[in-house]
Order: sequence, then C-alpha cells, then structure tokens
Amino acid sequence: MNTEQQTIIKNGLWTNNVALVQLLGLCPLLAVTSTFINGLGLGLATLITLVLSNTFVSIIRHWTRPEVRIPIFILIIASIVTAIELAMNAWFYELFLILGIFIPLIVTNCSILARAESFASRNPVLDSALDGFMMGLGFLLVLILLGGLREIIGQGTLFSNAHLMFGPAASNFELSLLGDDYPGFLIAILPPGAFIGLGLLIAGKNSIERFRSKKVILVSAPSRPAEASVS
Amino acid sequence: MNIHKQVTTTALLLMLFATIGAALVGFIYDHTYETIKQNERQALLDQLNNIVPASDYDNALLEDSFELAPDVLLGTTEPITAYRAKKQEKTIAVIFPAIAPNGYNGSINLLVGVYRDGTVAGVRVIRHRETPGLGDAIETSRSDWITHFTGKSLGRPPGKQWKVKRDGGEFDQFTGATITPRAVVKSVHSVLLYFEANKKILLQDEVVDKGAKVAKDEKDVDTKDSHEEQKDTGSSSDTDESGSSKP
Repeated sequence: MNTEQQTIIKNGLWTNNVALVQLLGLCPLLAVTSTFINGLGLGLATLITLVLSNTFVSIIRHWTRPEVRIPIFILIIASIVTAIELAMNAWFYELFLILGIFIPLIVTNCSILARAESFASRNPVLDSALDGFMMGLGFLLVLILLGGLREIIGQGTLFSNAHLMFGPAASNFELSLLGDDYPGFLIAILPPGAFIGLGLLIAGKNSIERFRSKKVILVSAPSRPAEASVS
Repeated sequence: MNIHKQVTTTALLLMLFATIGAALVGFIYDHTYETIKQNERQALLDQLNNIVPASDYDNALLEDSFELAPDVLLGTTEPITAYRAKKQEKTIAVIFPAIAPNGYNGSINLLVGVYRDGTVAGVRVIRHRETPGLGDAIETSRSDWITHFTGKSLGRPPGKQWKVKRDGGEFDQFTGATITPRAVVKSVHSVLLYFEANKKILLQDEVVDKGAKVAKDEKDVDTKDSHEEQKDTGSSSDTDESGSSKP
C-alpha cells in the first residue's frame, strides 16, 4: 500500500471525515440516527452509492466535457440511488419503510457530488473506488456511533430492530443495557438530541486532535502555544 | 462551425448518459416490480390480520375491498378503500381506514375493524407523526394502549364515556400526552357511528360482483345520512358532488 492510498484512507476516516469535518449530509445524518440499525442501514446505502458513483465517474472522466460534467455526475448518482432504492424496497422492505424518504434523498447528499467532482473526476478508477469506500465508511461510522449513543441514552437499548436488517434470526440481538425499567431520555431521540450528539462527537474529535498536536509541539518546540489544531 | 459541432457533441453526450441511466433504472425496476408489489400486499394483509385474525375469515381479504366516499365521520376527504372479512359468504367484519385529523402533530391514520354486531375488532395506527416517547404510545410496539378498544362498542361504554379519563371518559391518556389519545378515541367513536349509520349497505353480502353499484349506493347514503352534507340536493351519486360537499 503506497502513501497515496494511506492518505486516502486517513482522509476518509479522520482528517476529512464527511460528517465530522466537512459537515456534509447532515440532513439524513441527524434525521435517521435514532437507533443503531437505522444508522447502519442509511450508512450502508450511502457507502454503496459513494463507491459506485466514484467508480463510474472515474471510468468516464476522460469522455465528459467540462460544460456538462455536473449534470452527468448527477445523472449517474441519481440512477445508482434509484436502483438501490428499488432493491431495498424489494429485499429490505421494513427497513425501507423506516428510512423512507432518506434513501432517495441520498442523491442530494452533497458529499457524493463533492467526491465525484473533487476526487473521482481527476483520479484513476481504483483510487476513486477506495476514496468512495473510505469516505462512505467514515460517514457510516459516525452514523452508527451517533445512532448507538442516541439509542442507548434515549431508550436504554442497543441493536433494537436488528431483524429488519439481518433477518428473523437477529430479532434477539437487542441488548437492554440500562435495565428493563429504564424510563428513557426523550431528548436524545428527538432532533435536538441529534444536534447535541453530533456536537459532542465533533468536540471529541477536535480535542483528540488538539491533545495529539500538543504532544508533538511539546516535543519539538515547547514554548509555542498549541493552537491552530482545529481543522 | 466549430461551435455547432461542440454543442452537438455535448448534447449527444448528455443524451447518451441519460439513456444509459434510464436503461439501468428500467432494468432494475423490471426485476424488482413483482417483489415490491408482493411486499406491499403482504404488509397490508399483515396489518389487516392484526385486526381480524386470519383464522376468522375465509375470503381473499385484499380482493374483497370496496370504495367509500369521503365522510366527516371517517375523517376522509378522498375516497378510501375498506375491506370486508367474510366467513362462508357472510360478512363478519369491516375494516375501515380512518383519519384522526386532530393529533398533536397533524393527522393520525388508523385502521379500525368493526364486527357485524358493532363491536370493535381492533384498531391499529398505520401512520402518525406524534412525539416519539410521548404520543407514540399509540403504536403497538410501544404500548398495548390501542388494543384496549377491542370489544368496545357504541353502548359499551356509553356515548359520554367515549373520552379519555381527563375528559371524564373511560380511556387512559398517557403521561405527558393527552391530545394524541383524545384524537384516537374520538376517531374510533366516529367510525362506530359511521358503521351504525351505514350498517345495511356495509353488511350486504353479495357485494363482490356489484362493487361499483354498492359504491354508488354508499355515496347516496352518505348524502342522506351525515349531517354535514344536507345542502346536497337529492340523488347525487357522482363523486364530484359528494366530494365538494366536504367541510
């Protein structure tokens, strides 16, 4: 694995994370992450869309023309998303009902067009596919982290409704982490809980980075103040 | 000359991609169409079976449907499809989709099943936007509140008791949410009133082959029976008129 690919991986998962740094695709992010499984469902759909759209855009990158490249990217993304929507409707019907409007709305997730335009249209196919995968994975991880946190705090469970995704065998995946008589914490499930949760995740990421850079700076030049770590 | 060529190539290029995209979507649509239809029918049938158990009837429930004109008591403003459960050719229950228009956050869509004798077979919420954690206790996955309607009828409890406890009635409200249960209780009660008023037509058994005619009859009944539609003159049976007389 060469350094360029390492950079792509690090970019997608951490340095340039779609949800935590670019703050793109917040509408689905905030709306569906009331449980772990919802987050996982939307995250996977977005991940698949990103990989496919990056791959196709990269394949056709020499044949488009600058004047129409954006419409063409959107056409590709919309076709892929519609295909995924139909497939989910056919094979994951109940999950489809829960995610509802947010599947077709993946088209409008700016991160997908952003990756097509800023990366896939300028890089070879394999790198583009990897970039799509890593960006999608970064988004997916934030979705399930936020979904998991909100689910635990909000209703005291984890992995509820797992059967929607993994079939009937998974219906006993649900964990009651906080006991059966946990009264629930409403605000975590409501939209404000999503904002607060995302805010805390971003704060957490930034403070980890600050902590790291402080260490580096302390080693190299102890006198310099450890600012400017906020990306 | 050059610019013409450029415009043409660009347009052709865009057309090419549009065609490919449309072909891809068409192909997938074609291959998933049957499964999706099947899913939707199964989901609907599951919901209906929650209200009237599959063992209680022997007709093809989904095929035995009929249209009901909009009615204030059902809370509907468009014609809706109701279902009739039969055992040995005799109607045992009718399942109505009803709308409770005054939920906390917009309308609540219900399915209300009524047995031949006017008792409630069951009520289920099919769509709502009530507050999670408070009003959503009307869902069966959150609490069994909605099952308490089963077995109730217009006389049991008596009309004045068809309210939530806070309003002096018989039905529980939830902690922190009175508006939602109030809306549901009122809607179920209205459906029972509707059933009572239209009983004769709803319980006709030979409906299957005369679906269209019955739908017309029902609209006639609507115009006569419900109070809001008095200004409608006489024997109107086309959809426009009964549609326009809604509040």
